Amino acid sequence: MTTSAAPALALSDDLDELVAEIEARFDDLTLSRVRAWKDAAPGRLAVGCLPVLAPREVLWAAGALPVFIRGAGDRIDTIRGDAFYQSYICHLPRSTLELGLLGHLDVLDGMIFPNTCDVIRNLSGVWQTTFPQHFVRFVDPPQTGERATAAAFLRADLDLLYRDLCARTGRAPEPAALAEASEAYAEAARAMAALAAARLAEPWNLPADEVYQLRRAGDAMPPRDFAALVTAYVTAARGRGRRAEDRIRVCLVGAFCEQPPVALLRAAERAGCYVVDDDLTLSHESSPTAPRRDGEPMASIVHAALTTPRACAVRYDEHGAAGATLVERVRACRADGVLLAAPSFCDPALLDQPRLTGALDAAGIPHTSFKYSESSGQFQSIREQAGTFADSVKLWGTA
Amino acid sequence: MTTPVRKEPSMETQKALLAGYFSRLARAKEDKRPVVYTFVPGNLAELLGAFDVAPVYPEVNALQSAMRQRSSDFIREAERAGHSEDVCSYVKCDLGMMMKGNVGPTGEVIPPPDLLLLSFTGCFTFMKWFELLRDQYDCEVAMLHIPYQGDGEITDEMRRYVVDQLQREVIPKLEKVAGHRLDLDRLRERLARSRKAEDDLAWVFRAAQHRPSPIDAYFGGVYYIGPIFTSFRGTDEACAYYAELRADVEARLAAGEGPTTPSGTLSDQKFRLVVEGPPNWTSFRDFWKIFHDEGAVAVASTYTQVGGTYERGFRHDPANPLESLADYCLSCYTNLSLPARSKVLADMVKEYDADGFVVHSVKSCNSFSAGQLHMLREVEKLTGLPGGFIESDLVDARYYGHSNIKNRIESYLQMLAARRGASRPTEVRA
Ligand code: SF4
Ligand code: SF4
Repeated sequence: MTTSAAPALALSDDLDELVAEIEARFDDLTLSRVRAWKDAAPGRLAVGCLPVLAPREVLWAAGALPVFIRGAGDRIDTIRGDAFYQSYICHLPRSTLELGLLGHLDVLDGMIFPNTCDVIRNLSGVWQTTFPQHFVRFVDPPQTGERATAAAFLRADLDLLYRDLCARTGRAPEPAALAEASEAYAEAARAMAALAAARLAEPWNLPADEVYQLRRAGDAMPPRDFAALVTAYVTAARGRGRRAEDRIRVCLVGAFCEQPPVALLRAAERAGCYVVDDDLTLSHESSPTAPRRDGEPMASIVHAALTTPRACAVRYDEHGAAGATLVERVRACRADGVLLAAPSFCDPALLDQPRLTGALDAAGIPHTSFKYSESSGQFQSIREQAGTFADSVKLWGTA
Repeated sequence: MTTPVRKEPSMETQKALLAGYFSRLARAKEDKRPVVYTFVPGNLAELLGAFDVAPVYPEVNALQSAMRQRSSDFIREAERAGHSEDVCSYVKCDLGMMMKGNVGPTGEVIPPPDLLLLSFTGCFTFMKWFELLRDQYDCEVAMLHIPYQGDGEITDEMRRYVVDQLQREVIPKLEKVAGHRLDLDRLRERLARSRKAEDDLAWVFRAAQHRPSPIDAYFGGVYYIGPIFTSFRGTDEACAYYAELRADVEARLAAGEGPTTPSGTLSDQKFRLVVEGPPNWTSFRDFWKIFHDEGAVAVASTYTQVGGTYERGFRHDPANPLESLADYCLSCYTNLSLPARSKVLADMVKEYDADGFVVHSVKSCNSFSAGQLHMLREVEKLTGLPGGFIESDLVDARYYGHSNIKNRIESYLQMLAARRGASRPTEVRA
């Protein structure tokens, strides 16, 4: 095993140092830490994963670090990437290509493209011809809940992926490694659950931008290291001792793929909101929990992939419950309202909005909607919109 | 040079087929035929036919509404109800039509569904479209997930998965709404008829290898595919239509004539083009005329492969009915990987001896459009020919800029003419 059960990360308990570490990881667009991880032991691979659903346990078990690629945000100028896409396509594929063309993803050995939408689907083909040195795999998780047919199909796909990756890392594709990988991600999931609970309890101590950057830091970390970083941050941030301000609590919904710039999250909070829940970085919570102890960890991974992902516009809403699920979530978060955010030209997120707003209206939950692009540096209007929304919710309990 | 418009017998037949379809649909409830809403790419026409249900194809309604200049109203209606300007206009056109009473393109009310059959082929937005429809209707829903050929091939697992879904999900739901079991022999008979019509259609498309081409495989092609992409596949009517179409084309071929267009017969063909992407429906005739006026004929197109790759060789197989339906769904053009799509385009350019190729990118359709600029460069590399690129939309008239498209096409064709030294008419090669 090149992946060890214990975290290798030495962490400070000082909040400022932790936040600096998180920011440095978030800003590591050239993936220098991934390179260091690969260089630390022979046979290690790193494989990029596009949003949203990723078979991370399978990768990790094979000795490949899953590295979530969610575009480049506003942190690089997209020049060559723009030559690949018309103006009416969202921004994520452009900046992802730009990262590749700049050589920032050279450390990766491959890329996994899940069937998130037609843009990511087609990006898999662009990638195959633009970066022929990469191992490129398209993963098409069944859009139905677990049925024997869906499970058998996904199982065959993941078994093949596991075998292929193991052939590259020189490992035997053993169930024990899958069980250990599942346990490692379960540990990360428990840390994430504690982070979510802490934010719900005291969002003034865990600001949205920090929590977000922490999760993005986890995009390129071994799972147990990530769990350790999250745990250290939660402990330190809770000790901050800030006082609650007169802000409304909001859920941010619709930003599951192309990510808004961090400044947008700051703008929303400064405008009078506490973001207590969001669907950014969904891949960290979209798949399994602990392995079943029946010697069949792949069956558990498949079961979890088909049954536990959080409701999201790119999962088939099999029971027509997307609206009701959102209402429940808002209530569970004790949120006062919802910010419906969507990347411009994102069919999945935008086509969901009327269904979601209908359910929110019926439940009397205030909401406001806006579009963004990862590359946008202009938030004045969004800030004003969030501010007006917060004020009206505070004044009238409605927007 | 053009000659006055003359209608071929097959054109009249097709018009009658379509009118008959809408009036039968309007009577479906009286006739006690269950109504099934489904989508065009990867549709299960033979299976639906074996159950004698009445299929509704929302995309067909949308494009028919656009050709009748009604789509703008419907799109506005959907946008008023909260749908974004950014999203697929087919979806908005359909939802807007529903909001305005679901009166179809021919003025008859489209009955509500007894079953929503989501065949999720070649486009992710279909899934979102169906979720929106399902909120409106209290009826059975069946989902058929067709895996994408991301790695460039159909695997045994994919085929088995689709067949399993047909057996365990789709057929039981159809049996429930139809009130009877599937008669496999009936399905086989329909598949055999499909195959016959597919042979004729493929022959028609292949006829464009001749000079002058007796067909326009894009603008004319969208008429040719109408019956076989929808509810007529597997019927005697479709067999008769395609036999008649073939006879029309054979006659033009024998006479050395080009295709019939709204502006007359196009026999003096200066440019042979392959076209990628769907057409614009709101200004369809004007759009076609731009090409016609320049003497440009489409000798092959990819849009005519979205509901079946017959010209590329796919045929339904009555001996393996469910596997054949699975292969059909899996092999539709937009379910192919981008490198495979580029190869189809490049192969067409070579096989049809085209002078160039044009990519028409539509704002609505990520399935087609995302990655098309990359495809353009790939096909240029594969063929050594420059490609043309134009943009508009399917059914949203706001995105059709006639002058801009005209200028771009004219410049592109001038460039092609300059490349070959002179704008000479291509000689006849029968
Ligand atoms: S932002 Fe939306 S449209 Fe763009 S890649 Fe992501 S899910 Fe697809
Ligand atoms: S995105 Fe394209 S294929 Fe999908 S529904 Fe819209 S027009 Fe049709």
